[in-house]
Amino acid sequence: MSGQGGGGLQGPRSVIAVRELTKTYDLGELQVHALRGVSLDVAPGEFVALTGPSGSGKSTFMHLLGCLDRPTAGQYVLNGSDVSTLSSRDLARVRNTEIGFVFQGFNLLSRTSALENVELPLLYAGKIPASERRDRASEALKSVGLGDRLGHHPNQLSGGQQQRVAIARALVNNPTLLLADEPTGNLDTRTSIEVMGLFQKLNIERGITIVLVTHEADIAEYGTRVIAFRDGMVKSDGAVAHRRDAVIEVARLREQAA
Amino acid sequence: MSLLMTFVVALKALRRNAMRTALTALGMIIGVAAVIVMVAIGTGASSSIQKQIQSAGSNIVMVTAGSGGFGPVRQGQGAVTTLTADDAEAIRQEIPGIRYISPGLNTRTQVVATAGNWNTQVQGASADLAAIRSWPAQFGSFFTEEDVTAARKVVVLGSVVRDQLFGAGVDPTGEIVRIKNQPFQVIGVLTSKGQAAMGQDQDDTVLMPFTTVQKKLMGVQHVTNITVSAENGVPLDTLSDQIAALLRTRHKLQPGTDDDFLVRTLEEMASVLTSTTSTMTYLLAGIAAVSLIVGGIGIMNIMLVSVTERTREIGLRLAVGARDVDVLMQFLVESIVLSLAGGAIGIALGFGISYGVQRVMQWSAMVTPSAVAMSFGVAAAIGVFFGFYPARKAARLNPIDALRYE
Repeated sequence: MSGQGGGGLQGPRSVIAVRELTKTYDLGELQVHALRGVSLDVAPGEFVALTGPSGSGKSTFMHLLGCLDRPTAGQYVLNGSDVSTLSSRDLARVRNTEIGFVFQGFNLLSRTSALENVELPLLYAGKIPASERRDRASEALKSVGLGDRLGHHPNQLSGGQQQRVAIARALVNNPTLLLADEPTGNLDTRTSIEVMGLFQKLNIERGITIVLVTHEADIAEYGTRVIAFRDGMVKSDGAVAHRRDAVIEVARLREQAA
Repeated sequence: MSLLMTFVVALKALRRNAMRTALTALGMIIGVAAVIVMVAIGTGASSSIQKQIQSAGSNIVMVTAGSGGFGPVRQGQGAVTTLTADDAEAIRQEIPGIRYISPGLNTRTQVVATAGNWNTQVQGASADLAAIRSWPAQFGSFFTEEDVTAARKVVVLGSVVRDQLFGAGVDPTGEIVRIKNQPFQVIGVLTSKGQAAMGQDQDDTVLMPFTTVQKKLMGVQHVTNITVSAENGVPLDTLSDQIAALLRTRHKLQPGTDDDFLVRTLEEMASVLTSTTSTMTYLLAGIAAVSLIVGGIGIMNIMLVSVTERTREIGLRLAVGARDVDVLMQFLVESIVLSLAGGAIGIALGFGISYGVQRVMQWSAMVTPSAVAMSFGVAAAIGVFFGFYPARKAARLNPIDALRYE
């Protein structure tokens, strides 16, 4: 399952295939080279953790993967089609149907119920009847364990619950790729493990490919592969030797508390 | 996103900031209501003038004696004494299409009765005047052709004069009033006509045969005006021209010299008055429109604030698949909903205020469908115009910049 990053594995089976991806920010006199030619492949079902110090380019890389930003140079093939040259209209469709996002700050609409928050991507997915939107959104919320919180507003939910609403929102369009930018950055240890458990469950049970940005080494170990960035380039890329299992750890924490 | 959903999302967004929405809409409400009320008052004034002109008779041509004098000294209007009752008779006989004609001359004098006295306008006229001005008598009757021919000392009182001399509602027919120390018999009282368009009280008058005014009161041979009433369907311009030509011949005016009289139709006078009131209406509506524009700027301001405030929301929407056109429509619809809701409430308020003005201040105010349609249209246009810039600003945001906006 785990790819050997950097070369040779591009093929129709890759979810992500990037070649010499470069991003340069032009700040007038200063040119910031955020990415200096990154090439790697991600196969279906992989759970990749991107790590590295701040300024290493991991977040920039993540945004390019999410079609939230365009590369300065290089090629990005998502699910077999080249998205580096798409129009903004087509990019919006790709973001809507093929990618799910989870952010550090949850980014839920305030004063809006969990159900409506999860429905949001469906509103932009063409003509879906209101009843079907409702069903799919409540299904997604049940799958993250919030079936009894459909009508709650974000301020009535804990941080972990809010992040699970965000995960449900990312899942509601059945994307092939789930991108998470520091998803546990605003959560305490136990909630972090619970959220990672949810990611692991989605990865294993549904086979969803996950790419996650984190600067915490222990969070990275819940994945199958860790790619470390440094100065806009891939420093290291390898499989996780001893993958942590969030389900077991949560059970252990419960025992300790009891 | 479908238009219906866009609409629902816009409504939710507006409801989330209810207070701000209400205050922003208030700008529109006041603007639209002001336009409606101003136009209603203006239209009401115009139409009441029209109505008065109609009641005075719309098929009337007025001939007045012109200004006289030679060289540098010019006398006032009516100073010329060339206009006579014979001119009126000639007009009646030589020009077709004339139904009634009344030569007249006026003087201001004291009218004395046993109980009181009153300074008023004494109008000399022919028996036709009652028909020309469709002015029926309340008591008694108008004077007749024979009274005119014989220059009898009979008077018909306007209701105000009757009220002053004999008391309100009294029938004074048969009583004697004294004018310039001569006795005149009251033969009738006219129904009340109210104020004329220019504000003078039409009921504050005494009418008598013009021959009586000429011979008994003023000792003159001329008249100062001739009121002509045309048959229905007779073009008044042609009639005016014919009258002018006839009078020039009769007064032996050489080509190139000025007329010594003035021929005007009531329609002309009406149009002068109407244009005055419509100028006022435009002025008032213009001032009101300024407040509408200020309301629009208020909407733009709030929409700009809203776009800035919701930058992260916009980023999120873009991240989950909103196209730039979706974001554009969302904010545009929000602004249109805001201005149209304000417009609708403003129209209702405008109706209410117009009605209140009519009841309390006794002004006639007419809310016209065109004013309602126009202000609603302008409200929608303002929503689009002032909403477009903020909406486009939102739509042009780069997803990642929007998401990371602090």
